[in-house]
Amino acid sequence: MEFKEEHVAFRKVMRDFADAEIAPFAREWDRTKTFPLDAVAKMGDLGLFGLPFEERYGGSDSDFTTLCIAIEELGRVDQSMAITLEAAVGLGINPIAEFGTDEQKERWLPDLVEGRALAAFGLTEPDAGSDAGATRTKADLVDGEWVINGSKAFITNSGTDITSLVTITARTGPGEISTIVVPTDTPGFEVEPPYDKMGWHASDTHPLRFDDCRVPEGNLLGERGQGFRQFLSTLDDGRIAIAALAVGVIQSCLEESIAYAKERISFGKEIGAYQAIAFKIADLEVAVEAARLLTYKAAWLKDTGRPYKHAAARAKLFATEAAVDATREATQIFGGSGFLNDSPVARHYRDAKVLEIGEGTSEIQRLVIARGLGLPVR
Amino acid sequence: MRIAVCVKQIPDPATPYDLDPVTHRVVRPNDQVLDDTDRFGVEVGLQLAEASEGTVTLFSMSPSGSLQGIRQALAMGADKAVIIDDENLAGSDALTTSRVLAAAIEREGFDLVIAGTESTDGYTGVVPQQIAELVDVPSLTFARKVEVTDGGIRIEQQTAGGYDVVEAPLPALLSVTSGVVEPRYPTFKGIMQAKKKPIDTLTAEDLGFSADQVGEAAAGQTITSVEPIPAREAGEIVEDDGEGYLKIVALLEQVKVI
Ligand SMILES: Cc1cc2nc3c(=O)[nH]c(=O)nc-3n(C[C@H](O)[C@H](O)[C@H](O)COP(=O)(O)OP(=O)(O)OC[C@H]3O[C@@H](n4cnc5c(N)ncnc54)[C@H](O)[C@@H]3O)c2cc1C
Ligand SMILES: Cc1cc2nc3c(=O)[nH]c(=O)nc-3n(C[C@H](O)[C@H](O)[C@H](O)COP(=O)(O)OP(=O)(O)OC[C@H]3O[C@@H](n4cnc5c(N)ncnc54)[C@H](O)[C@@H]3O)c2cc1C
Repeated sequence: MEFKEEHVAFRKVMRDFADAEIAPFAREWDRTKTFPLDAVAKMGDLGLFGLPFEERYGGSDSDFTTLCIAIEELGRVDQSMAITLEAAVGLGINPIAEFGTDEQKERWLPDLVEGRALAAFGLTEPDAGSDAGATRTKADLVDGEWVINGSKAFITNSGTDITSLVTITARTGPGEISTIVVPTDTPGFEVEPPYDKMGWHASDTHPLRFDDCRVPEGNLLGERGQGFRQFLSTLDDGRIAIAALAVGVIQSCLEESIAYAKERISFGKEIGAYQAIAFKIADLEVAVEAARLLTYKAAWLKDTGRPYKHAAARAKLFATEAAVDATREATQIFGGSGFLNDSPVARHYRDAKVLEIGEGTSEIQRLVIARGLGLPVR
Repeated sequence: MRIAVCVKQIPDPATPYDLDPVTHRVVRPNDQVLDDTDRFGVEVGLQLAEASEGTVTLFSMSPSGSLQGIRQALAMGADKAVIIDDENLAGSDALTTSRVLAAAIEREGFDLVIAGTESTDGYTGVVPQQIAELVDVPSLTFARKVEVTDGGIRIEQQTAGGYDVVEAPLPALLSVTSGVVEPRYPTFKGIMQAKKKPIDTLTAEDLGFSADQVGEAAAGQTITSVEPIPAREAGEIVEDDGEGYLKIVALLEQVKVI
């Protein structure tokens, strides 16, 4: 497999950027649970939020592979910043770019694409997670306005100082789900205090409440009643991107483990001289290569206009489970210091678990794959 | 303003590279990167060009290889590149390098030449001043801050204890230190645009040099031998018996740092 010249050049830029502008601060943002607006602004200056979007809205017209490279390289140093980008682009901007009218795109995309503002995507609810079709949030059309009532759970990027809108799914009639854009300054829209999470400390996640929240009828994205189909397609893209986050974290575990195994002495030898440790590291190398191949294969299928739903599920499932294994093993290689929050592998260990949960749990990925194989599984 | 920026493509310092055991030359891989110190010159050039609706042309003498280093500088925003790539140039010393670069820059035309103060791989630190002499313009060296004045350029020149303010009318040459500006990262858009930007490739002959005027043949110096850096010796541990500081002071005096 060979990346294009621009992919190689861009990966180098991303590596330099992540090492210089993100990595030195990742520990502190994690410790203080800070969402770093200045780093987000730098990511905006580098054009990251607009990578795969049209130039006329300020984007770079890149392919999906390029976005995955950006996410992987950020994820190598800081999973929180990688998910901030992934959620902003894949969940926040993507539905508007994909399903919005020209007028809606002109209104919302430029600020989002430049990274001056963030959009979130509210699908999950307290009682509708994997079963997202069980959405209870309601939107009734009254006098040319959608009147929204209900709540959402676990919404990434929904409560930052620069969050300008949240795209939600809501019930607009019996058996009918639609997608509606809610600007965050709408009365009746309430951002609840952030969750106290195990990892992703620098990423912003909140529950949301809607109490008679009214937005213009024209804030409907795409056709009424198409919400279910729309979020399924949004999630297919998101799954490849989450796999890229996983590749980044495994890569970091590999690099950190190699360095530590050469330096840490036990019983008079570097621990890398013991097969028990060296073989773990050999396995990390295999894991990162396998995860990377599945991820970029799925991205390539999408970029070349081929069906990729199955490949996206496969990549997400394998890469995220490999990431959880890799962070656990890297922590083991670091011994006691791997349990200290000052060590990057401890942070990775806490950050990796959610990769198996968000944008479709591992169980849901297996369901998608098994169904793709023609099995009558429910 | 027509701005000429000298940029060197060098082997990636992050990956070890070899010296040829016979010629003592750096074995140059196909993929060479932009010398990190030259990112500062490119950034200064871009800022001055943006302020004056000027153009930035890159000049580089090196084997083209994959042109990765040049593309990096084009992706930052430079308009075009002139690369002098010629087998006859192998083994050129600093003066020949300067002659070749000066000839290429003069041929293109310029108001300002920008270079780094010293490269990462060769670090003779003489090329900028030599170019200034050869194209016969004043040289403002070791700039830590650059300002355009009416018809000229003013810099803060880094000195051991602080800085001097130096100015000259254009045309002139400027050598910049790292820290003069914060170089921008190339964007993906910049990377894509760089693919379409013109890169002229010249030979020494195109610039009027015959084979015996450049390369090994013309070098005023010969590298007679190359030795590896001796392995670091073990440090000395001073046990603190309450008066350890005295021993440390004595050691520091011995190596003449205090
Ligand atoms: C940090 C974080 C950020 C998030 N960001 C967003 C966001 O920006 N937007 C958004 O909409 N959502 C977001 N989510 C929500 C996330 O997508 C859901 O948590 C996820 O889809 C799982 O839903 P759930 O939590 O309700 O679990 P449940 O659906 O209740 O699942 C519980 C368990 O049951 C299993 N299970 C459920 N159904 C089946 C089945 N049919 N067969 C087999 N097993 C099954 C699941 O795999 C899981 O193990 C985020 C979550 C987290 C933790
Ligand atoms: C006998 C001999 C053989 C040598 N053989 C080789 C060899 O095979 N390969 C080799 O690389 N060097 C070789 N050198 C060293 C080399 O020729 C010069 O020292 C070198 O080209 C001058 O570069 P520098 O890096 O020392 O310049 P410096 O003066 O340290 O560089 C200052 C700035 O000048 C500009 N600059 C310098 N060189 C170039 C360039 N080539 N293109 C564009 N801008 C430039 C850059 O902006 C740089 O930041 C040899 C030297 C000798 C004496």
